[in-house]
Amino acid sequence: MYENLKATELTYVGKKTRRIDAHEKLTGQAMYASDMILPGMLHAKVKQSPHARAKIKNIDISKAKAVPGVRSIITGEELDYRVGLYVVDKGILAKGEVRHFGEAVAAVAADTLEAAKKAVDLIEVDYEVLKPVLHPLDALEKDAPLVHPDLGDYSYMEAAFTPVPGTNIANHTKLRKGDVEQGFEKAEWIIEREYTNPSVQHVPMETHVSIVQWGYGDKVTIWTSAQSPFTLRNLFCTAFKLPHRDVRVIVPYVGGGFGGKAGIGIEPLAAVLSRKAGGRPVKFYATREEEFSLLPCRSQLTYRIKTGIASDGKILAQQMTMYWDSGAYADYAVNVTRASGYSAAGPYEIPNASIDAYTIYTNKPFGTAYRGFGHVEFHWGVERHMDLIAHAIGMDPLEFRKKNALKAGSITLTGEKITDHTGNVTKCMEEAAKAVNYGKLTKEEEEREKRTGMKIGKAVAALHKAPAMPPFVSTVVIIKMNEDGTVIANLSLIDYGQGTYTSIAQMIAERLRFPVEKVKVAFESDTDRDPYDWQTVASKGLLLSGNAAILAADDFLKNSYAVAAQVLRAQTVDLDHDSEKIFVKHRPDEFVTFKSMAIGYAYPNGNAIGGPLVGVGTYTAQGLSNLDKETGQGNPALDWTYGSHGMIVEVNPETGEYNILKVASVFDVGKVINPDAVRGQAIGGMLQGLGTGICEGYIYDDQGHLLNPSFTDNKIPTSQDLPLEVEAIAVETAQLDGPFGARGVGEHSMISVAAALGNAIQQASGAELTHMPIRFEDVWRGINKREAVDNWITKSPYGSCKSAPEVQKHNKER
Amino acid sequence: MKRIRVTINGDVYERDVQEHITLLHFIRQDLGLIGTKEGCGAGECGACTVFMNGQTVNSCLVLAIEADGATLETIEGEAKDGKLTPLQESFDKHHASQCGFCTPGMIMTIKDFLGRNPKPSREDVIHGIESNFCRCTGYEQIIEAVLDVTGQLDEKGEVKHV
Repeated sequence: MYENLKATELTYVGKKTRRIDAHEKLTGQAMYASDMILPGMLHAKVKQSPHARAKIKNIDISKAKAVPGVRSIITGEELDYRVGLYVVDKGILAKGEVRHFGEAVAAVAADTLEAAKKAVDLIEVDYEVLKPVLHPLDALEKDAPLVHPDLGDYSYMEAAFTPVPGTNIANHTKLRKGDVEQGFEKAEWIIEREYTNPSVQHVPMETHVSIVQWGYGDKVTIWTSAQSPFTLRNLFCTAFKLPHRDVRVIVPYVGGGFGGKAGIGIEPLAAVLSRKAGGRPVKFYATREEEFSLLPCRSQLTYRIKTGIASDGKILAQQMTMYWDSGAYADYAVNVTRASGYSAAGPYEIPNASIDAYTIYTNKPFGTAYRGFGHVEFHWGVERHMDLIAHAIGMDPLEFRKKNALKAGSITLTGEKITDHTGNVTKCMEEAAKAVNYGKLTKEEEEREKRTGMKIGKAVAALHKAPAMPPFVSTVVIIKMNEDGTVIANLSLIDYGQGTYTSIAQMIAERLRFPVEKVKVAFESDTDRDPYDWQTVASKGLLLSGNAAILAADDFLKNSYAVAAQVLRAQTVDLDHDSEKIFVKHRPDEFVTFKSMAIGYAYPNGNAIGGPLVGVGTYTAQGLSNLDKETGQGNPALDWTYGSHGMIVEVNPETGEYNILKVASVFDVGKVINPDAVRGQAIGGMLQGLGTGICEGYIYDDQGHLLNPSFTDNKIPTSQDLPLEVEAIAVETAQLDGPFGARGVGEHSMISVAAALGNAIQQASGAELTHMPIRFEDVWRGINKREAVDNWITKSPYGSCKSAPEVQKHNKER
Repeated sequence: MKRIRVTINGDVYERDVQEHITLLHFIRQDLGLIGTKEGCGAGECGACTVFMNGQTVNSCLVLAIEADGATLETIEGEAKDGKLTPLQESFDKHHASQCGFCTPGMIMTIKDFLGRNPKPSREDVIHGIESNFCRCTGYEQIIEAVLDVTGQLDEKGEVKHV
C-alpha cells in the first residue's frame, strides 16, 4: 500500500520521529497496572507448589481464614473451569494434582498484601509426591507418566493442532515436501546433528499485574498488563461462559511483554477471588520469583537436523525433528511448534524436506510465546548446522548459505513461491558480511590479536520469520477529529514499548498531510471503547494496523471531502487539502477548514450539516490458509522478514573467555517508518538474543525444582554485556501489501544472533558448540575437545547446562 | 507504627508507617509517587533507584523508618515548570526509553554519576548504568543520550539504509 512513493515524496514516513509516549515515561507519570490502586481494592497472593508433580491429598485453610483482613480464599477443588489458548488444558488453580514446581494450588485475597502473605503461609497442603517427568525425550517413553491423562477429553483448535491422547504429545506438526529419502540417496554428504537450548524467562521489567472486579450481575472489569486485550476477553468469556458484552478489559501502559503477556495469565484467578470477596477489586502483582515459576517461560528445544548435500554444495534433502518442551501446559507452545515447524529450515530452499515437530508435556513451568516465537531457538540449531556443514564439505559458510538461500522463484517448505517483493536475504547477508569485514582480519585486528593473545573470529548468520497466526486475523483503526482540528486514533494493538503507535501516527500524518504533532494515537486500550484487534504478537502490528490506519485516514478524508463539497458547492474531484483546510483546486481562496467541520459544519444562520468527522479502516490478512495436517502445505505467511547478523568475537584460546567486539544486524524491513524506532528494535532485540546466547536459562534439579528463579542466579544482559560496537542496517525491498511497503521487525533482531556468536567462536577457537547459552567453560571444553559436563551446579540434565555424559549416552541410545 | 518525616523533591511528608514497610512501598503506596518502579524487590534491577541524602539507593532495600529525617529525590522532582531536564530531553531525542518501566530508575542513576563525573567516557557510562536493567533498548540509545547531553557525541547513531 503506497509502497512506490519515493523518500522525497514523503513528509513524515521514514523520518526520525520522537516517541509519542516519551514525556509520560520520562517523567514517571505513565500509569501502569502495577501503579493502580482502586477504592476497596484487595491484594492477592498464591500458595505455590514446592513439588514438580504431586497428588494434592488435602488443603487445610482453617488457620489462613482466621487471619484478620482475609476476604476470600480459593482452592482448586471449588473451581470447575479450564482455560486454554489452543488446547484447553489448564485449571485456574491446580486441582487433584500439581504439574509443575511453582504451580498455584490456593489463593488468598486480603485487605493488605501482608495479610494475604501471612494467610498463604498458613495454608497447609498435604501432598503425595510423585516422580516427575522432566526431559521431553523421557516424556516420550512408553512407560512415561502422563502429565495430562485426560488429553483426549480436552477441546482444542482442530484446524491447526494434533494432540495425541494417551501420550505426552500436546501437538504433532508434520510437513512433507518432495521425497527426502530420494534426496539423501543422491547426496554426496549427509550430516546429522542435534542442537539444544533451555527454557528462559522473558523478563519484562514490569511483571504480570492484574486487577479484576467481578461486579454485580457477572459484569467483570479487568485492568491488566496484557498484550492482547481482545483475545484475553475472548478466552476469559469462553472459560467462564460469560457474554463478551459483560467483560471489559482495560490495558494501561505496559512495562514490556516480549510474548509473555500475549495470552491469558493471572486474570481468571484474580477474578474468582473478587467474585468470592463480594465484588471487591482484587490486585495480583506477580513477584519476580513468581514471574519465573508461576507464569510461563520460553520452551526448551532439542532439534535434530539431518541434511543431504550435493557435490556442488546444494542442499538436496533435510529431515528435521523438533522436541519442544511445553512444560505442564500447552499454551502458545503448540503454536510455537507449528510456526517453527513450517519455518524450520531457515531462509534456505530445501527441495526435499520432512519435519516432525512435537510439543511435549513435562512437569515444568509451562512454555509460551517469546519474541521470535520459536525462531530464536531453532535458528540456533539450523544456523550452527549450516556452518558445520560448510566446514565438513570444505565450503565457506557464507558462500554455502548464499548458494542455498531463498530467492525469487524459490519454493518454501509449505509450497509458497518467493517473489522479488518478498525480501532479499542474500543482500542482508552480504551487508552483514561487509559490516564486519568478513573473511579477513583488518590490520587493527591483527595487531589486537598480537597485543592481547586473543583469537578473533568472524561469522554471519541469517534468519527469517513470518507472523505465526491463524489465517483470519483482522484489525481496525478509528480516527476521530477533535474540536480544534487535531485527531485521535484508537486501536487495540498494544504499544508496550515497541514504538508502533508512533509509527502509526506518522502514517496517519502522512496520509492526512497533518503535522504529526496533530495526531495522537491513544494509549490505554479498552475493549468496551476501542475497536477490535486480534493480538499484539508476531511482528504483525505494523503491517496490519498500519494498513488499517492508512485506510482510516483515507476514509476520514473521504468523509471530510463530502462535507466540504457541500459547503463549497463543488465536486469532490475538484477539491484538494492541506493540513488546515479543504479547498477548491483551481480557486484556492474558496476553502473550508477542517476545524470548522470537526463536529459538524454550521452555516452562518446556524443550520448544520455533516457531523463529527471520523474515519474507519479495517484490514484483514490476505490470502492465508490453513496448512494440510499431513503435508504442512498451504500459505501461512503474511510476510517474511529476512535478516542477518554479522559477528566479530575474540576468544582466549587458553581459557575460553570471549568478548564480543561487534555485531552488525541487517533486516529487510521493506520500508523504514521511523529510523530511531527501527534502530531501537534492532539493538534491543539483538542484546536480548545475546542474553539467550551467553547467560540465560532455567536450571532444575533432578526432582524438577527450579533452582534459579531470581536475578541473582538467572542473569540478563546489563550494559556491560553490550558488544563494543553495534550497527543496525536496513534493507528496503518494499512489501506490496505493507503500509508504505513496510513489514514487521519487532522479533527478528533477537533471532540468530546466538548462532552467529557460536559460529564466530568456532571460527576463532575451533570449539564446536551445539548448546546455548555459551558460557566460557563451554568454550574451554570445546577447545579442549572435552565433553560438555558443565552440570556441576545441579548434577542434573534438566536446564541451562548441557547434559551430563550419562544423559547424552541415554539420549544417543534412543 | 512509627511516625516518620521525610522531604521528597522539596515537599515535607509526615506519616505513620509500619516498621517493616520498605521505602519503595512508602513512596508508591502511601504517598502515591508511582514514578519509582518495583522490578524485582530484591535490589537487583535498579528500577526503584532514588536519591536518599544525596546518594542513590535501591528503595526496595531500605525500610521507610530508616528514611526518617532524610531528604529524598525521585523522578517526580526532575521535570520542572513544564520543562524536561536536559537529560530527559536527551532521552526523548535518542529513543532511550521503550516500555518506560526502567526509565525513572535509570534517569536517577545517571543523574547520580553525572553529578560526580560530568564528562563520562562511553566506558564510564556503561559502568555507571550497569546497576540498572533495561530489557528493551539494549542500552545503546541510553548511552548515546548520556554522551549527547554531556556534549560528547560525535555523531548520532543512525540506521544505515542500503
